[in-house]
Amino acid sequence: MNMRNEPEHYVNPDAFNPSHAETLTPEQERYYQASQWTIMWWKFRRHRVAVWSGVILILFYLCVPFAEVIAPYSPNQRSNDHLYAPPQTLRLFHEGSFVGPFVYGLKADIDLETVRWVYTEDRQDVQPLRFFCFGPQYRFWGLFDASFHLVCPAKDGTLYLLGTDRLGRDVFSGLVYGARLSLTVGLIGVTISIVLGLFFGGLAGFFGGLIDSAIQRVIEILRSLPELPLWMALSAALPVTWSPVWIYLGITVILGLLDWPGLARAVRSKLLALREEEYAKAALLMGAKPSRVIRKHLLPGFTSHIIASASLSIPAMILGETALSYLNLGLRRPAVSWGVLLNEAQDISVVVIYPWLMAPVVPIIIVVLAFNFLGDGLRDAADPYK
Amino acid sequence: MDVLTIDGLSVDFLTGEGRIRAVDDVSFSVPRNRTVALVGESGSGKTVISQTIMGLLPEKAHITGGRVLFRENDTAAAVDIAALDRKGAAMRAIRGNRIAIIFQEPMTSLSPLHTIGDQIGEAAELHRGVSAQEARELTREMLRLVRFPDPARALDSYAFELSGGLRQRAMIAMAMICHPALLIADEPTTALDVTIQAEILKLIKDVQAELQMSTLLITHDFGVVANMADEVVVIYHGRIMERGSAASLFADPRHDYLKALLNAVPRFGMDEGERLVPIRPIEPHAEGFLKKGRSERACAVGQPLMSMTDVTKRFTTRKGGFLGGGTRTVLALDNVNLTVKRGECLGLVGESGSGKTTAAKAILRAIEINEGAIRYDCGEGPVDVASMQGPDLLEYRRRVQLIFQDPFSSLNPRMTVNELLMEPLVIHKVGTPEERAERVRELMRLVGLDPRFLRRYPHSFSGGQRQRIGIARALALNPEFILCDEPTSALDVSVQAQILNLLRDLKKELGLTYLFVSHNLAVVDYIAERLAVMCRGRVVEVGSTRDVIGNPLHPYTRALLASVPEPDLNAPLDFAALEAGRASEPDLWPEPYRIVDGVRPVLVEMEKGHFVCAPGLVGNGTPLSMEAAQ
Repeated sequence: MNMRNEPEHYVNPDAFNPSHAETLTPEQERYYQASQWTIMWWKFRRHRVAVWSGVILILFYLCVPFAEVIAPYSPNQRSNDHLYAPPQTLRLFHEGSFVGPFVYGLKADIDLETVRWVYTEDRQDVQPLRFFCFGPQYRFWGLFDASFHLVCPAKDGTLYLLGTDRLGRDVFSGLVYGARLSLTVGLIGVTISIVLGLFFGGLAGFFGGLIDSAIQRVIEILRSLPELPLWMALSAALPVTWSPVWIYLGITVILGLLDWPGLARAVRSKLLALREEEYAKAALLMGAKPSRVIRKHLLPGFTSHIIASASLSIPAMILGETALSYLNLGLRRPAVSWGVLLNEAQDISVVVIYPWLMAPVVPIIIVVLAFNFLGDGLRDAADPYK
Repeated sequence: MDVLTIDGLSVDFLTGEGRIRAVDDVSFSVPRNRTVALVGESGSGKTVISQTIMGLLPEKAHITGGRVLFRENDTAAAVDIAALDRKGAAMRAIRGNRIAIIFQEPMTSLSPLHTIGDQIGEAAELHRGVSAQEARELTREMLRLVRFPDPARALDSYAFELSGGLRQRAMIAMAMICHPALLIADEPTTALDVTIQAEILKLIKDVQAELQMSTLLITHDFGVVANMADEVVVIYHGRIMERGSAASLFADPRHDYLKALLNAVPRFGMDEGERLVPIRPIEPHAEGFLKKGRSERACAVGQPLMSMTDVTKRFTTRKGGFLGGGTRTVLALDNVNLTVKRGECLGLVGESGSGKTTAAKAILRAIEINEGAIRYDCGEGPVDVASMQGPDLLEYRRRVQLIFQDPFSSLNPRMTVNELLMEPLVIHKVGTPEERAERVRELMRLVGLDPRFLRRYPHSFSGGQRQRIGIARALALNPEFILCDEPTSALDVSVQAQILNLLRDLKKELGLTYLFVSHNLAVVDYIAERLAVMCRGRVVEVGSTRDVIGNPLHPYTRALLASVPEPDLNAPLDFAALEAGRASEPDLWPEPYRIVDGVRPVLVEMEKGHFVCAPGLVGNGTPLSMEAAQ
């Protein structure tokens, strides 16, 4: 092995640019002047699944204000001629020729052996759908009478897209109306839970010490209670004489009351972490009062996290309401929610014969998944400076 | 023969902002049994090069050209690492076996769940196919090589039981156990105290000599380069600026960049009026409200502005025991006496855990002290800071400001620069909105930033720019006393010079008083007129900077000074004189400096204005003569 001689002294012929790092492209300039929320939106936008979940949720939530307009029937309207009618298939072509969206009429025969109605499609009975039509009357938002519908069955025809139940009530219309309660239960419940969570979490995180310990122990006790039996006990305690609206509010309060510990913990831990941030200390050393530090430095830091955690706890509430109503402990007819609709599907033998009664499960799954994806996306975007 | 040859290497990163070239046509080689230093500022691409060699590049990085040839010995064939699959078996056989790496952070690069012995032995079991028993034996051998005080016991200890220096030793042992042909040391001592840094550097040198190994040393510290490197490669923004032997580069720097870098490093014994030359100089211009001066009352220049008398602070930590456990008390400040005179800059130097930051916090009333008093003179005689309430405290907070160490975490990322600089004005209800806006623009010009930046958020700025925003914020209320808590330790050397010059100029322009806390003696030497050295919560030496640096009397100060690597080939560290960590143990200091628990650290004036902590001299009430102390 021969030792190498002195290495050559290489000098780059190009001059160096001292301000290399400080020159910005217009794109960077735009990025650097964007506020927290703008950057979060940019980051969130890159999370495709979350964005699509958001779109789907918006579509679902359109059912809340416009249920009457979207649904062809009212949810409690019975049709004694069509008990347990199967879903009617939407078609476009009749005997090879295009007629637009229509359904074939249903012909009902009684099967004397099983004592059941047997429905067959009447291939001659073409019932074209009517759009932007006037159908059954309703009181829109409790303000005025209206009868406008997005879609109606043909005159003297039927439109059971998802079949009917034991009393001949349209399942699809039930789903649309049910969204109104099922989807808002989560929002109202989460609002209650956020208020409680912020209050108790804030107390624990900001003051610490004994208050913190006390709140932590209460949270631990609440979290160790078995959830379902507790819900059941609490909702069983709601007076039977209450109107559906009161029952509904009662249920949301119960769900909110039991959900806040999770949020309180999130608030507390975030507050503890942010309180230790140097910029919060810097503000204190500048002479800022604690209220200013909380308002200007701590709150903006964790609002986004709270929104993300909240959107992740909405599905639990929707599922909670569904479970309670399914067990006949929550809402009851004439109130309609997805859980109430599923109540019809309690009997396994009924489900085997009339599987369309399980239809409410589909929107529940979609909404719960969408909320989870949306929450994931929000959570990833919540801290744009990581 | 060259162990490693990098030939025309280019690495691109695909990021949200587009394609970024991190390494651009880089060529250099590491000869056998020699040390090559790769020097550059943060963002220059030096870590990307080390990741390329280790096959550890992140997913979004792409090698777009060039070769990385690794040739273990004369007989082996050269392997092109750049062409290997990063996750493949061939790469795994090289990584950790033939090429090993030491990371910067010894605190986070060891697993807290496994014993040191298991972690070090793992590499031997993986690459050398030895049994667990043999691996343990090898590990013990390695720990002895890296001079663990008790190798047998260290085998079964966990990372959290070891100090930073010992952890870095364990990391070195781990890297060495397979006798690699090439060691990459990525800023191996940046996170360590200066006395420990010297020991680790010595250790790397010794181990290298013993194992006949090549080293690629990645660093930004020219002091380390001068002491360790045979050859130097200077890199800036992914491109090599200059390359050659250490001797020729230090003696004859040719490229403007290297010249500028060397001019930006503070050295000991600089002349009174000599200034560092930053790469991007800025000229502070005081105008408007800052120039108008302060109308309020203040004590005269040269009079004590702030004084600490016998300040003691104890921290109580709960000892982690099963079912409760007792408490442990740490003495963070032990009878500290310090005075800052109006108009001066007092440097406060010490290693981590010396209590220097605690002292600064106590002055700011960010923590409460247990004993003693901190007095501050607002022009009406010294007032005890602890007794201030309401408007007095607010006035104190206005007069005394802090510049933070970390320019990244001390600025709220959710506020624009405008909001950040407005905040102190809003809190103290200064002026009308128009006056405030005018003040903010003045502050920006003062620290050499474009007022157009006001609409931007802090994450868009480089470290040096952020620190200037931090300085502007500290100056917003026109304070008189500024505590600088290691304001340049997170910055590159070229930026450090810029900030130091800015602080110096501001002091002169605005008549400020500084307490400058730092672990870097050369920096303090450059900026401070007087110097206080702290160790384990005690002030051990106080005097004019010239006296303390030129004629250190306390053994700790001497050890500290001896450990600072200077960016000068003719002033190498005296490795033989290092005392293996004993310098910072007060009960191991020689008499009369020795301090055991319960002994009051008394300062004795050994020369005029030069105080040294020597309790042994006042033992019998009459201080001994100077000669005895020497």
